Amino acid sequence: MSDEPLKELYLKLLHESAGAKFGGFAGWNMPLFYSLGVMKEHLFCREQAGLFDISHMKLFMVEGEFVDAMLMRACPIDAAAIAVSESKYTFLLNEAAGMIDDLIVSRFSPTRFLIVANASRAVVDEQRLRAVADGYGCTLTPLDRVFLALQGPAAAQVAKDIGLDVDALTFMHAVELNDGVIATRSGYTGEDGFEIALPMDKAEAFAQKLIADPRVEWIGLAARDSLRLEAGLCLYGNDMDESVDPVSAALIWAVPKNIRQGGGFIGAQAFEHILAAGAATKRVGLKPEGRQPVRGGALLFSESGDPIGRVTSGGFGPSVNHPVAMGYVPKALATPGTIVFADVRGTKVPVSVHPLPFTPHNYFRG
Amino acid sequence: MAKIYFTDEHEWIRVEGTTATVGITKYAQEQLGDLVFIDLPKVGKTVTKGGASVVVESVKAASDVYAPVDGHIIEVNDAVVSDPQLVNSAPESDGWLWKMTLSDPSQLEGMMDEAAYLKMVA
Repeated sequence: MSDEPLKELYLKLLHESAGAKFGGFAGWNMPLFYSLGVMKEHLFCREQAGLFDISHMKLFMVEGEFVDAMLMRACPIDAAAIAVSESKYTFLLNEAAGMIDDLIVSRFSPTRFLIVANASRAVVDEQRLRAVADGYGCTLTPLDRVFLALQGPAAAQVAKDIGLDVDALTFMHAVELNDGVIATRSGYTGEDGFEIALPMDKAEAFAQKLIADPRVEWIGLAARDSLRLEAGLCLYGNDMDESVDPVSAALIWAVPKNIRQGGGFIGAQAFEHILAAGAATKRVGLKPEGRQPVRGGALLFSESGDPIGRVTSGGFGPSVNHPVAMGYVPKALATPGTIVFADVRGTKVPVSVHPLPFTPHNYFRG
Repeated sequence: MAKIYFTDEHEWIRVEGTTATVGITKYAQEQLGDLVFIDLPKVGKTVTKGGASVVVESVKAASDVYAPVDGHIIEVNDAVVSDPQLVNSAPESDGWLWKMTLSDPSQLEGMMDEAAYLKMVA
């Protein structure tokens, strides 16, 4: 890692006054948990609404007459088929179809898309996106915004009560509101909710208004991780990286059928080859027996003791009230119910392959 | 009369005669966050000063708890096994982890008292 000082959130003082404990993540000094604590924060988000400061994530606007063609080169996506206000989950791939990052792209006009990228990959993504954009005469503009996520079953009513017009917004759609505010109906908890990008000068008042609502609590990065893990969602750097392709990661659903063969995106040839040959390993949910969490990095073994794979994310799921994990196993062992063994400090803990998600998704599809 | 000492690894040790009770400090539990699993040693196990004796797991991470002195385990707190969050709510009382003998009481010399420990974590 670099010795550069951690970047500070624009709303840091607000988090401090809410009792946040901070820690470094992807170059940012982030609230890990608040005075409520990770367990209660997690449960609160599933029951009411959690407010997350996700300003570490990077937003770009990309614009140009040939923006559809540009995105179809940069990502395995059918950009031309994305309607205005529609959002799609996609990737940047390398030539070997390994994932450089996972992204959400949203169309705001026939010539303009919003791209949301991971903090840890912001620099790499910007280089890649800019290189492709240049070739298609498109401009890529990084946005400086405070980025908040409001997630949970009460999120929609809370948003409406503070005057956000979100009735028409269904899951995986995005709108530009007045004064440079962007709202998307998406998130990374498995719950209904929004991600809202605000100009700096509007952010504090907006966050204060939300947090004043008794249905809303600040939620730190620790509970964000347990929420996304229960929801079966991948964390870049843990569950996916440049050595993993979307087929192995069980993310093939994100690649539209019409471009799986003959697509023009970077990595298309390798992708087609992997798809035809079949991936050797597959990402699966893993449920450790007992109460002891099995963490990312733990090696997985077959019943006869052969090394077969590894855990990529693991922890405790407060809503399901048992340990939860994800990892990669050979395709033959990827059927739910299959028992494998995780090495936890020298002890072999039985782990069963489990369907994802662990908790049902509660998205608002209209 | 019991005397309480503290280690730089954020354990406390309450000594009564030739036995002692061990747990983690309020500061330590705050840093760990909500605990979900505690793997206690077996009664009779010999432990050495600075050796990892217990693993406590929070939602996010696993951490070792070290034996503050040499000795062997004479009792473990089963209550924290069934309810790990007892260590969060009462780390320096009901949330104790284990009781042990002291084979070398001189190891207590130079350990921090509460005032010195609180100054260290301030």
